[in-house]
Amino acid sequence: MSQRLSQWIAFSLLFLATLVVVLPVVVILAIIVAKGASAISWDFLFSMPRDGMSAGGILPAILGTLYLVLGAVLFAVPLGVAAAVYLVEYSGSNRFSRLVKLAIVNLAGVPSVVYGLFGLGIFVIFFRFGASILSGALTLGIMILPVIITSAREALESVPRHFRTVSLSLGASRWQTIRHSVLPHALPGIMTGMILGLGRAAGETAPILFTVAAFYLPRLPQSIFDQTMALPYHLYVISTQVPGVPENVRYGTALVLLALVLLLNLAAIILRSRFRARKKW
Amino acid sequence: MSSTRLRKLKEWWIEKAILLSGIFSVVFVALIFIFLLREGLSLFRGESVFDFLLGKSWYPISDPPRFGILPLILGSLLVTLGAAAIAVPIGLAAALFIAEIAPGRLKEGLKAGIELLAAIPSVVIGFIGMITLGPWIKNLFNIPTGLTALTGSVTLAFMAMPTIVSIAEDAITAVPRQYREAAIAMGATKWQTTWRIVARAARPGMVAAVMLGIGRVIGETMAVMMVTGNAAIIPHSILQPVRTLTATIAAEMGESVQGGAHYAALFAIGIVLFIITFLINGVADLYLHRSRR
Amino acid sequence: MVTRAAKFSIQGLHVHYGSLCALRDLNLEIAAHEIFTVIGPANSGKSTFLNSLNRLIDLEARSRVRGEIRLDGVDIRAGLEVETLRRKVGIVFALPLPLPVSIYENVVYGLRMQGVRDAKTLDAAVERSLRESYLWEEVKDRLRTPAMNLSGGQQQRLCMARILAGQPDVLLFDEPTSGLDPISTARIEETMLILKEKYTIVLVTNNVAQAARVGDRTAFFLMGEMIEVSATSTMFTTPADSRTSDYITGKFG
Repeated sequence: MSQRLSQWIAFSLLFLATLVVVLPVVVILAIIVAKGASAISWDFLFSMPRDGMSAGGILPAILGTLYLVLGAVLFAVPLGVAAAVYLVEYSGSNRFSRLVKLAIVNLAGVPSVVYGLFGLGIFVIFFRFGASILSGALTLGIMILPVIITSAREALESVPRHFRTVSLSLGASRWQTIRHSVLPHALPGIMTGMILGLGRAAGETAPILFTVAAFYLPRLPQSIFDQTMALPYHLYVISTQVPGVPENVRYGTALVLLALVLLLNLAAIILRSRFRARKKW
Repeated sequence: MSSTRLRKLKEWWIEKAILLSGIFSVVFVALIFIFLLREGLSLFRGESVFDFLLGKSWYPISDPPRFGILPLILGSLLVTLGAAAIAVPIGLAAALFIAEIAPGRLKEGLKAGIELLAAIPSVVIGFIGMITLGPWIKNLFNIPTGLTALTGSVTLAFMAMPTIVSIAEDAITAVPRQYREAAIAMGATKWQTTWRIVARAARPGMVAAVMLGIGRVIGETMAVMMVTGNAAIIPHSILQPVRTLTATIAAEMGESVQGGAHYAALFAIGIVLFIITFLINGVADLYLHRSRR
Repeated sequence: MVTRAAKFSIQGLHVHYGSLCALRDLNLEIAAHEIFTVIGPANSGKSTFLNSLNRLIDLEARSRVRGEIRLDGVDIRAGLEVETLRRKVGIVFALPLPLPVSIYENVVYGLRMQGVRDAKTLDAAVERSLRESYLWEEVKDRLRTPAMNLSGGQQQRLCMARILAGQPDVLLFDEPTSGLDPISTARIEETMLILKEKYTIVLVTNNVAQAARVGDRTAFFLMGEMIEVSATSTMFTTPADSRTSDYITGKFG
């Protein structure tokens, strides 16, 4: 009897702890939607900021974030998928592949602000790209590389070995085997990683602080060597640096950013679970 | 035949490119370190490492400037310990619940929820912490500002939890089923099995989860900058404003002059952060490998 | 004894996995257009032998191969590209392993990898090879449907068609009917007997009766060594080695 009671108490406590972890998602979402929804309008999404950001829209920040995220993915996906192919299909388990794996673990652990310093040092200053979309996108790209590599690796490893054996036995070369019998079946997993990378890059602020983000730039960027505003930095600016921005504009900006990031992540979660459910091998 | 040769040539290049991509991730880690050193080491021409790490004052723009980061280290430490004190027990408990107790559907839902929590941009969490948690803490303790180390700890705890939960959950799930079956067969209750057998067997993975969670907290920048009040003084209480290593870089880089001592000092802080997280991740990785064996 | 030209001639073949010796000093000739069957208990080196013939053995990380295998007089390591070798020497595995694409794409996979693009050539190859494996009538109206939807026996015949599309010389079968019911097994065996008119067949089987039904010659492998090789009828009536007779009469294995 007392055993049952202690079990009941223990399980309740664990459940409570789980609620504490998960509930903030709901709470944060509820607060931001409740207070920010009123700010969302056609004008807010598609026009320039006015009056020192206290009025008008956030179009340059939205577009800036889209450019940065696309640039980051364009850089990181080919590189990351190729690195994953190397690890899974070519290297076996030699010393060098262990070094690569350790490097990936460490890339994943480097603080985002250190990526910002790195981007400043290498892209802005050393390569003379200046504070620009190019510098910011490359910095974000390197930052999301571990996400891309890790999910691509998982996806490749989940492709059964016998696909490779069969393909090779039919006279395909090693690369043909990867290209036609492995990569297509790993594609949903690779896509999942790509979307997660998109979401991560869209939400990060610290890496773009010194590499691209403009405080207030009410025009659209003209080239990849332009600075740009970006959603997360804009939220930081209007909530800490500029007094007098109406509350609903702040919440509205937070809502747009949160919606963008959460929708991307939700898409990744759904894609992954459907992929897992559909797999027949 | 020549088309075959062309194909072979193409494949040779592709395979070299793939190898190169593998090399790149190692190169990037090295490059990060090299560029931090390149920009940061010049500080130590005029400053001893000892004074930098243990100096008690950080006055980067006074004359003469003082670049002692002890207050920043202590600020990071205080916020991190506070966050760990909250996030570790709650996170591990949640991981046990999700891995061992929650039934199928609920489990998937909870895992998705945790993934979404992990995905919320830190600037959004900072924004919410600043606007809701800050005033609340201010009123609760009746202090002049709600932007304190405690506010930072609570905010960061929520950012550490997803990491802790998901990695610990993996480790717990990986415990062989026979362990559970043997314990149940010997008459243990489900709870006894979970606590005495499963949690113990998953311990290395749980240690790794905690370390990676702490790594995330130490490296966190935006949220912590928005909620801790940013006073670069040695803290005496958790209800004081503090300034962390990360927030210092983010807040001051914009004002520093490229190539100057302040600029170099900020990169030197970057070196310190890089080394700390490198060590934490390395050790966590060792534990993860041990848990997989 | 070998009347026709040797398709494979194997000399001093040793295969090791790490420190384990899986095949020891094998010397053998396989004639063109015969069905050469290999019997023996588990871990006797049968599959290792088969995988050496098309160098799939190279995929095993720790494998080392010594000795010489010649296909039509050409050394398969020094004288042939591995892709060409595998096209000439196709293999059907123990389990039906269609790729998760359509029936059509399974059959033309090898041809596409060779760079064949012409739709008519591909269509013709599909019909020819599916007819050769006696699957055409059953699938001709649903070539674009997933191969995974076929029954086990059909899948195995699809795997045969997939090899035949590449116009090979030799067909290797690695216990091809171990997962199939008796009727599907019988159909595969009938197909083999017809295919040997055009191809050389090496059949590894754990089913002694199957060797007796289809084999022209049979070899008995035990613990990495070939104990005996002779005409199938001889082996099953008057085996030379007592271990062979013990095995085929079911005393072990």
